Amino acid sequence: MSFSPRRRRAALYQIGLVIGAGLVLWFFVSNTAQNLESRKIASGFGFLSREAGFEIGETTLLAYGAADTYLRALGVGLANTLRVAIIGVVVATLLGTLIGLARLSSNWLMAKLAAVYVEVMRNVPLLVQLFFWYAIISENLPGPRDALSPLPGVFLSNRGFAVPMPEAHVAWWWMLGALLLGIAGAIGVSAWARRRQAATGAQFASGWAGLSLVLGLPLAVFLAFGAPLAWDKPALSGFNFTGGAVLSPEFAALLAGLSIYTAAFIAEIVRAGVLAVDKGQFEAADSLGLPRRRATRLVILPQALRVIVPPLTSQYLNLTKNSSLAVAIGYPDLVSIANTTMNQTGQAIEGIAIIMLVFLTISLSISAFMNWYNQRIALKGASR
Amino acid sequence: MRTIAGVAGAIALAFAAGAAQAQSTLDTVQKKGFVQCGVNTGLAGFSQPDSKGVWKGIDVDVCRAVAAAVFGDASKVRYTPLTAQQRFTALQSGEIDVLSRNTTWTVTRDTSLGLNFVGVNYYDGQGFMVPKKLNVKSAKQLNGATVCVQPGTTTELNLSDYFRANSMTFKPVVIEKLEEVLNAYFTGRCDVFTTDVSGLVSTRGSRAPNPADHVILPEVISKEPLGPAVRHGDDKWFDVVKWSMFAMLEAEEMGISSKNIDQQAGSKDPAVQRFVGASGDIGKMLGLDNRWALNIIKHVGNYGESFEANLKPLGFDRGLNALWKDGGLMYSPPIR
Repeated sequence: MSFSPRRRRAALYQIGLVIGAGLVLWFFVSNTAQNLESRKIASGFGFLSREAGFEIGETTLLAYGAADTYLRALGVGLANTLRVAIIGVVVATLLGTLIGLARLSSNWLMAKLAAVYVEVMRNVPLLVQLFFWYAIISENLPGPRDALSPLPGVFLSNRGFAVPMPEAHVAWWWMLGALLLGIAGAIGVSAWARRRQAATGAQFASGWAGLSLVLGLPLAVFLAFGAPLAWDKPALSGFNFTGGAVLSPEFAALLAGLSIYTAAFIAEIVRAGVLAVDKGQFEAADSLGLPRRRATRLVILPQALRVIVPPLTSQYLNLTKNSSLAVAIGYPDLVSIANTTMNQTGQAIEGIAIIMLVFLTISLSISAFMNWYNQRIALKGASR
Repeated sequence: MRTIAGVAGAIALAFAAGAAQAQSTLDTVQKKGFVQCGVNTGLAGFSQPDSKGVWKGIDVDVCRAVAAAVFGDASKVRYTPLTAQQRFTALQSGEIDVLSRNTTWTVTRDTSLGLNFVGVNYYDGQGFMVPKKLNVKSAKQLNGATVCVQPGTTTELNLSDYFRANSMTFKPVVIEKLEEVLNAYFTGRCDVFTTDVSGLVSTRGSRAPNPADHVILPEVISKEPLGPAVRHGDDKWFDVVKWSMFAMLEAEEMGISSKNIDQQAGSKDPAVQRFVGASGDIGKMLGLDNRWALNIIKHVGNYGESFEANLKPLGFDRGLNALWKDGGLMYSPPIR
């Protein structure tokens, strides 16, 4: 490295900037600590082991009571956020792909309807959409004493959608194990079949084999235990339905709002991805004699996915972060519970730090996974 | 080279500014020319803008009293509407000078939040409101109910404690904004709405589609002494706000109101003379003009007038908030 005057100056500027940034950061931290101390505001993370004192409406299968700690309350909030984020991502992707492909269809009505959907959903603010869904769900459904009952044991009211759930039994844990085994087996079978096809050209119905493994193994375990199926039916007692599983209006409204909003963006990304594939590819697949469905699956989609996956990652991250709007409609997600904690303990800085750290971790995990997937489907040796 | 020197200089200046001693809020307010007051987003009787956008309520009157004491002009106030979740951070960070937002005085808030409560301007308790058609006569019949509540309040904690103590369970629906949580209650999403009894009376009177359809249950499950608060470490400002509030109470006790303040200003009674600043220098001791109490009563009125104008029309009666002489809890230390 040469030590020309220009390079020396550049190095000096950069070192100066780093030192300057470090000083500014140190100033902010020490100023905050000084102010907290002078106003006798509590600080530190000791509050996490104190009793929370408040109840949470939905706990996603975790046990929680008002006597539990703040740390457990935040854990429940995180579980709620992950629940709506994961299901939202799945629903938004499916819905978005359908709408995106519909917009490319040669059927004029389908294409136009899809276009209207995308334009309307993209341009209305998400918070307004959430209030809209919450109002529709909670104002138009009857109270629990006049609940609708489309099927015996299923109740629809403004307290939520109550369905019967199978009672907990040790067989379910074994079935879960069998399910995981079945999934592993299905992946193994399809990998083996692909290798066999590459070597000998012989095809194997690995799809059907995989499906039968995933469904059959748990079913076999279920039957081996003597088919234990006791239903926990929801019943109206006093004010609400007890028993069974309840899908609350807050969760339903949040899921509907988030999925429908994000699906509009995903539809456009999918459409862009498919349009990015050269028209020659369609014609080449046709000339090989591949039927339309196989051509789409084996030739078009892999090439479209390379264009779709990076912006899709952004939309998944957006959906996860937008779930924090839940506090406006009463769904107890991480941000809502952290806000309550901050207010009861007065420690706003620690609370915000926890929220930021958790969202950063979730976002980095989603990005890491999508980047791995993108690498896997990338063209080997491509310059990009 | 010059840019580096400039940046380094700016950073050094920022250091110097941060190291300077924090000024008393009284000096800051006097320099600013107005009091920044944190109030509710809209609670009838306590702090709510009327149809012309003018803020009215007993909490608003406390802020106006402070402005009258400091500037001689009750209109030198700017209002910041705050939700229950925003209110403490706004005061802690210096965004507002005083929080007058029907806030309950508790030991946790007095200590770990870094606040000082100046006193109580409304003695209250927590209650429950249910629709009449549910046929509930007592809070002990609410096992398994869905309860609408706002987050970050003592309401949420008291509700939990009450149900635990009585071995009952409930499902909370926790919504931040008052308008939204009331909407959830009135459309039937929840069976019960819980907050301070004053809030129940106020919202039933002002927001219920049909007030006669809702009943407030007899149980009052907690003590909620509501009062204004200022920051820790600010004794001069603390004294100013505290004694502005007490001046309103003392005036009612002595029979001084905004209607007779001008005659009382010439009274021969030594206690009244001290109050209006004709003798003694209590104003100077507080760091204010000697006519501080006179200005408060002239421009805002005494506590009874404030209560009468804001809360009586909504159906409140003095109850616990009457003067100690009339069997209530309102008692001001002597102004001498």
